[in-house]
Parts: sequence; structure tokens; C-alpha cells
Amino acid sequence: MEIEVVAFGIAKDIINGKQVTISLGADQTVGAARKQLSDTFPEFTKLSSLRFAVNADYVEDGYPLKAGDEVVLIPPVSGG
Amino acid sequence: MQDIYITEDKLNSKACTDAVTYPGAGGIVVFVGTVRDQTKGKAVRHLEFEAYKKMALKEMEKIADDATKRWSLHKMIIHHRTGLLSIEEEAVVIACSSAHRKEAFEACQYAIDTLKETVPIWKKEVFEDGEVWVSAHP
Repeated sequence: MEIEVVAFGIAKDIINGKQVTISLGADQTVGAARKQLSDTFPEFTKLSSLRFAVNADYVEDGYPLKAGDEVVLIPPVSGG
Repeated sequence: MQDIYITEDKLNSKACTDAVTYPGAGGIVVFVGTVRDQTKGKAVRHLEFEAYKKMALKEMEKIADDATKRWSLHKMIIHHRTGLLSIEEEAVVIACSSAHRKEAFEACQYAIDTLKETVPIWKKEVFEDGEVWVSAHP
């Protein structure tokens, strides 16, 4: 399954763009997406944190992704 | 005026204060986050804020709802600015009102602390010789 992942903040600099498409095999969880992104872009492992949002809600690594989900990378937030 | 709002335009803390005023208010607390001219002694030229707007509005709404219930507020307003901000400009305004000051103080503190942890907004500090996404690295 192909999933499009959208990036904000420093995540955008790390993937050098606004979004990246990843291809997930049998394991279609957020954790699998995290692993693939960290393998492709090791800079992600240096961040203080990297959370995922699916359809505008925070999700944990066990969350199963579905085709058409809006998947967004949330590096450490710093509003205010 | 919208209670929860993200805009590229200048914020207006006075208008936010007026919007939470009501006859039963015994206290209004307003927090205004502004752009500081330096970080650890290094001169900041300007800041850039970026938001995942749809989710940021949702998380800001949650904060205002939680705070309003928990401290029995009359009203809470949270406005955040995005885009390029100059020194001294307002980046965030949180205004709330309640019958007594203690509740308003606590609710406002809770709101800004939680916003900094959960709302998907990112701040980039731009210096003369480079730029850095705040809090990105340990």
C-alpha cells in the first residue's frame, strides 16, 4: 500500500519537500511507516521527538494505516 | 470575533480582552506571547511560524474547551499568528475571564503550557547567520 506522508517544520527540511510517498508491505502500522522514514532519512532519529497524526489526530505506533488516510509528520512543536 | 483563530494578519490583544469581558467577570487574564530580539545572547532577525492549520485549530479548541470546563470560565479565546513576525509583534494571545481571578490565572497558564506541547505549530528563529527550528533537537 502506498501512503503519502505530509511534512511540516524541520520534517520538511529533512525530506527536502512537502511530502513523500512510502510503500508499506504486510505491516501497515504507523510504526512501520516510522521505521521506513527513519531508515531513508536518518536525520529523523536525531529529533527530540517525532509524532504522527492521522486525519488530524495524534496516533501511536500501533495505529493501522488505511489507503486515503491523511498522514502528517509532527516534529517537536514550538508554538506560542 | 472567532474564539479560536489562526491568521497571517497581526493579532489584536486588546480586541481579545474586550471579547472576553462580561458583567459577571471578576477577573480577566490575558497572555500575549511576543517575538523576543535574542536567544541565548544571539540577535534574532525575525521569526517564522508554520501551522498544520486544520489540526492546530482542533487542538486549540480542545484546550479552550477543557480549560473552560475545568475552571468554570466565562470564555477563553486563543489566537495564533503564522508567517513572518518581527521583533515585539504578538505571536499568540490567550484571553480568559471568570468570576474570580484565581481560576482565570490558572486556566491561562494551563492553556499556554498545553499549547506549547500539543498544538502543531512550529517556530523558526532566523539569525543574521542562519536559522533554527526551535526545540527540534535535544
